[in-house]
Amino acid sequence: MASIQLDKIGKSFGAVDTIREIDLAIDDGEFVCLLGPSGCGKTTTLRMIAGLEQPSRGSIRIGGRDVTCAQPKDRNIGMVFQDYALYPHMTIADNIAYPLKVRGVAEATRHEKAREIAEVLHIGQLLDRLPAQISGGQQQRTSLARALVHPAAAFLFDEPLSNLDARMRVEARAFLHHLQRSRGMTAVYVTHDQAEAMALSTRIAVMCAGDIVQYAPPLEIYRRPATTFVAGFVGDPPMNLVAAQATRNGHDVALRGAGLQMAPIVSWPALDLALERSDRVTVGVRPEHLRITAGDVATNRLHGKLFANEAMGPESLVTLDLDGGVRVTARIFGDASLRIESDAAFAFDADRFTLFDAQGVRIPGAAEDPSN
Amino acid sequence: MNRRKLVSRIVFSVCAALLGVAFALPLIWFVFAPFNAQADLDLALPKPPTLANFARVFANGAAVGALLNSLLQAFGTVLLVATTATLAAYALARTTLRGKRVIEYVLLLFSSVVSGSAAMVPIFLIVNALGLIDTQLAVILVFAGGLLPTAMFILRDFIASIPRGYEESALVAGASQWRAFVDVVVPVLRPGVTIAAVWAFVQVWGGFLIPFVLLRSEQRMPASVEIYSFYSQAGTPIVPLLAAYSVLYSLPVIALYWYVNRKYGFRFFGGIKS
Repeated sequence: MASIQLDKIGKSFGAVDTIREIDLAIDDGEFVCLLGPSGCGKTTTLRMIAGLEQPSRGSIRIGGRDVTCAQPKDRNIGMVFQDYALYPHMTIADNIAYPLKVRGVAEATRHEKAREIAEVLHIGQLLDRLPAQISGGQQQRTSLARALVHPAAAFLFDEPLSNLDARMRVEARAFLHHLQRSRGMTAVYVTHDQAEAMALSTRIAVMCAGDIVQYAPPLEIYRRPATTFVAGFVGDPPMNLVAAQATRNGHDVALRGAGLQMAPIVSWPALDLALERSDRVTVGVRPEHLRITAGDVATNRLHGKLFANEAMGPESLVTLDLDGGVRVTARIFGDASLRIESDAAFAFDADRFTLFDAQGVRIPGAAEDPSN
Repeated sequence: MNRRKLVSRIVFSVCAALLGVAFALPLIWFVFAPFNAQADLDLALPKPPTLANFARVFANGAAVGALLNSLLQAFGTVLLVATTATLAAYALARTTLRGKRVIEYVLLLFSSVVSGSAAMVPIFLIVNALGLIDTQLAVILVFAGGLLPTAMFILRDFIASIPRGYEESALVAGASQWRAFVDVVVPVLRPGVTIAAVWAFVQVWGGFLIPFVLLRSEQRMPASVEIYSFYSQAGTPIVPLLAAYSVLYSLPVIALYWYVNRKYGFRFFGGIKS
C-alpha cells in the first residue's frame, strides 16, 4: 500500500483544459472518492494516476516515487473498469490470474491465487466459465478479483458499480467498504453518485469543471459544503438553496427572499466581510431540517404551493414551489397529508441554515474559527 | 390465403425455380463431367462413372506441381498480408497520428483505383530491376502489396470495434503495449484476421495476370495459369481433363470456406460479446 500525491496536475486536449490545476494528497490506506457530474474531469484524473493518460503539466507520485512519465505496468496498480473489461476469450480463472501471468508467475501458482481470491468474492464456482456466461454482478466481482489478485500499491475504481441494478449496487458497496477497511488498501474511486461517495470514502474530492472544489471527509462535506455547487450536489435530495438580499441595521442583518422569511441575525466578522462585497447571499437548508408548519410561525419559514408529496415509506419528500419560482424539498419523517397546489409552509431552526456569498462560497459560521 | 396472394406466390416460386435452375446447371455439369470420359459441354450422366480423367491429370507432372505452386503463393501471401495488415491496422485504428486521414485516403485510392492491370508495366519494371523475375517471392510480394490496403481497411474496422478497455486493463495489470496486443487484441481479433486471410487466399488463388507476367518457367506457374495447358494448340479445351482439373483446383477453396465457417461462422462483426 502506498500514498498518492498529485502536484499541480493539469490536462489539456488541444486548447481545452479538461483539468486546470489539481493538487491532491491521498494518504496510505485512505479511500478517496472523486465525485462530480459527468465531464468534470474525474475520470481523466483517475486515468492519469493509472498512466493511461499523460498529464500536460504537474507531477504524480505513488508511494513517494515520481511516476509522472512511467508506463502503467511500472506503477503497480490494480484497476476496476466501469465496463469491467474482462477478456472475452479467457476463462474467469485466466482473467483473474492475468496480472500474475504477465509477472511470470507459474500457471499452478497463479491459478491457486485466483482460486483463493475468487472464494473470497464468492465466484469460486465460476472459474471455468467465460465472461459472457456469467451475470453482470459476477462479472463485476471477477473484475474486482483481477485487481486484487496481485498486491498493488494502490487500487483505482472507475465507476465500478454503475452497471449494476440498484439492489446489487448497495450490496456491492457495503462489500467494497468492508474490503477496503479490513485490508487497509489505498483506493481512489470515481463516481457521480454522491451516496456511493458518502458511504465509501474517508475523504471526498468534489470536482467541478476540471477543478477540485472541496476535499474533506464526507460528513464535513455534508455539514459544511464549501460552495453552492457542493451543497447542491451532495445529499439526496440535496441542500435547498434560496437567493436572499441582506439589509444591515447596525449589528443586525435582515435576510429577505422570495418565499423566505427570516428573523434578523446578529452579524459576525465573516458575514461582515461578505456583505461588504455584495448584499446578495444564498440561504441553504438541508431537507431534513425543514418541518411542515401550520402557518403560526412568522419567521425562519419558506412558503409556497405544494408541488409534490412523495411517500417513501419511512419518510415523505414534500416539495414546495416558492413564490419566487424556486423549488424546495423537505424530508418529513411520518406522513404528511397535504393536497397538491394547496398553500403550505416549512419552518427551520435558527441554527440550521448555511449562508453562501454572492460568488457561491460558504460564509463560515459565527462559532467557527475563521482560519479553518 | 386469398386468390391474389396465391397467384403472386405461384408466380414468385416459378421465377425463383427457373433462376435456380439457370445457376445450378453449370454446377451440375461440374459434378458430372469430371467423371465422364467422353465429357463435352453438354450436360450428360457419365456412363459408366470413371476416374480415368483424374488419372490422366495426375500423370501430368506440371499440372500437379502447379497446384503446389498455387498453395505456396497463396499461403505465402496470406501470411504476409495477415501479419502486416494486422499491425498496420492496429496502428491506424489506435493512434492519433498526424495526417492519418491523408494516409487512409491514399490507401483507399491505391487499393481500388491504381492497382490491377493498369499498374502491371511499372510493377514488371520494378520487379525486373530487383532481379526477381521468375521467382515465387516476386509473385507473393506483388500480390501482398495489392491486397494490403483493403485488408487493412477490413481489419481497421474490426479493431475499432474492440473496446480500448481490454488493452487498458491489460496495461494496468502489468503488461507492456506489445504484450497487451498479443494477449488481448490478437485473440479477440482472430475472426477478423481470418476473414481477411480467406479473402486474400481466394484473391491469390484465382489471380492470373500477376504470375503470368512475372513468372517464366512452367515449373513455377500456379494452377490458375497452368489450367491453360488443358487447351489444345488451336485453343479448344480438352473438356474431360479440364473438368477434372477444375475440381482439384476448387477443392482447397471449398475446404477453406468449410473450415472457417465451421470454426467462426461468417459473422461480419467484431465478435465481441458485451
